[in-house]
Amino acid sequence: MTRALICHQAGPGLTVQDMGRTGLLAQGLSRGGAADRLALSEGAALLGQSDTLAAVEMAGMGGVFEATEDIAVALTGAPMRAEIDGAPVLWNAAHLLPGGAKLKIGAATAGTYGYLSVAGGIDTPLVLGARSAHLTAGLGAALGQGDRLPVGPARTRRSGVRLAVTPRFDGGEIRVLRSLQTDFFPPETLERFENTVFSRDQRGNRMGVRMNSDGDGFHVEGGLHVISEIIVPGDIQMTGDGAPYVLLAECQTTGGYPRIGTVIPSDLPRVAQAGPGATLRFRFVGLDEALALNLRHLAEIEALKSRVEPLVRDPASIHNLLEYQLISGVSSGADPEED
Amino acid sequence: MTAPDVPIIRTVGLDGMLVSFGDRLSEPANRAALALRAALDREGWPGVEETSTSLVSAFLRFDPRRLSHEALRARLADILEGRDWTQADLPEGRRLFRIPTVYGTDLAPQLDEAAHRAGISPGQAVAELSSARVRVQTIGFAPGQPYLGALPPHWDIPRQQGLTPRVPEGALVVAIRQFVLFSVATPTGWRHVGQTAARLFRPEAPDPFLLRPGDEVEFPSVTREEFDNFKRRRQDGIRMEPLP
Repeated sequence: MTRALICHQAGPGLTVQDMGRTGLLAQGLSRGGAADRLALSEGAALLGQSDTLAAVEMAGMGGVFEATEDIAVALTGAPMRAEIDGAPVLWNAAHLLPGGAKLKIGAATAGTYGYLSVAGGIDTPLVLGARSAHLTAGLGAALGQGDRLPVGPARTRRSGVRLAVTPRFDGGEIRVLRSLQTDFFPPETLERFENTVFSRDQRGNRMGVRMNSDGDGFHVEGGLHVISEIIVPGDIQMTGDGAPYVLLAECQTTGGYPRIGTVIPSDLPRVAQAGPGATLRFRFVGLDEALALNLRHLAEIEALKSRVEPLVRDPASIHNLLEYQLISGVSSGADPEED
Repeated sequence: MTAPDVPIIRTVGLDGMLVSFGDRLSEPANRAALALRAALDREGWPGVEETSTSLVSAFLRFDPRRLSHEALRARLADILEGRDWTQADLPEGRRLFRIPTVYGTDLAPQLDEAAHRAGISPGQAVAELSSARVRVQTIGFAPGQPYLGALPPHWDIPRQQGLTPRVPEGALVVAIRQFVLFSVATPTGWRHVGQTAARLFRPEAPDPFLLRPGDEVEFPSVTREEFDNFKRRRQDGIRMEPLP
């Protein structure tokens, strides 16, 4: 019997996700994949494996899982309350999930998308080159009670490690590139867009999130007659009522609502992850600045593995020992070094 | 070329570049986009990761670490210089599809509204839409989903202000002189005028996508009863023949 992760209880937004499918844009299929790909890379770094392996994405709420044998698991992305057989465990860390033990993951305490990675990766069959569910395209399905997810062979048995991650659950300044339709918007509209404080509408999904703000919408003259054109993740689309939608991993591949700009890839996880009450502002940056930011972002992903550290360290080397609750974990699921 | 400012090369986000042959749909611009993409695929420039087309543009996704924006722009300018892409042939192996469609009824509740926008009666609208021969200009939005045109000029109706929360798979919708036939259930700003039993994307099939750019399509009108019969027999009623 192959090893597996059994899902005993599932929140409404659980899917298997990897880095998505490329090469099918011409057939109208967007890349999809994890809403917060950085969180997949963090999970992979914790487990010492490739970030192309699939994991369980959890929107807002986790579930109850059991492994058929001892399996190392990593918890990343939006922090959620987690415990193994009743003992709280730390988020942004890898733990041993003993065979038969119950891993219970509750609601997100910040952000939106949490990730449960397993050593060896979720090993469901490849469909069109990936394991990602792409629900808007009708590929795959949300996980439900009783689902049994095959787990691939693990190269390592590493657990008991943690990773201090870049916090990305409170919105903040989101950098935007001008894109092909930015010029449709009058300069005063662009300026007002940059000066507006937005909140992420909580009805967002993997296709995109609506940005709410006080005041007028961001209309463009003749915007409902624009020819449909290529869409990429990060594009900020103005629908007819003038509210911006930031398009995410599972976005459409073409569309006709005018787009005011494109969120740079390294800031997109902060849009996807912005939790209730988080505020966001958009700022246009030039191409050179965006390219430099992207190189830095890729270098940071590359460096994740070197930043993994043991969960239990020599107490003498921990300057803020009192903030740690070591192996018993922390009750909030948050990490003191995130603040 | 139709104007001195086409084709135009623009960036799309950080790692995309788009060559557009017009800012509105035209047959030459659509031909040019399809032909340029085919040529780019043949070229296989290092650093280009994927190509695609929209209605009037060819798109490239590339790795800016391997191929700079400047270098890609220069290469594109070179290849555009070489010939008049708007005169290119349509793709080979084109086919004609006839897809039975119920117009109006509770299955497609926006027929009357769309006809009103086009300035004609609902009956006239059905007569026009069910006899129009349209071409797949591009596949996009959702997997296997065609943009089809061009409809007569009075069908240049705008998208609606708000999104319809959900139209089902097989929905035939209309705006700006085009049809879209939906391959998945989705929200849309286009008006839902007809319903088909077509399944355009079958992920389990060896060839998962039914339509290709260049194919031609008609949407003959059938009764609700005929449509229900198709559905009951798990058929779509689609007929296909090769085009000369």
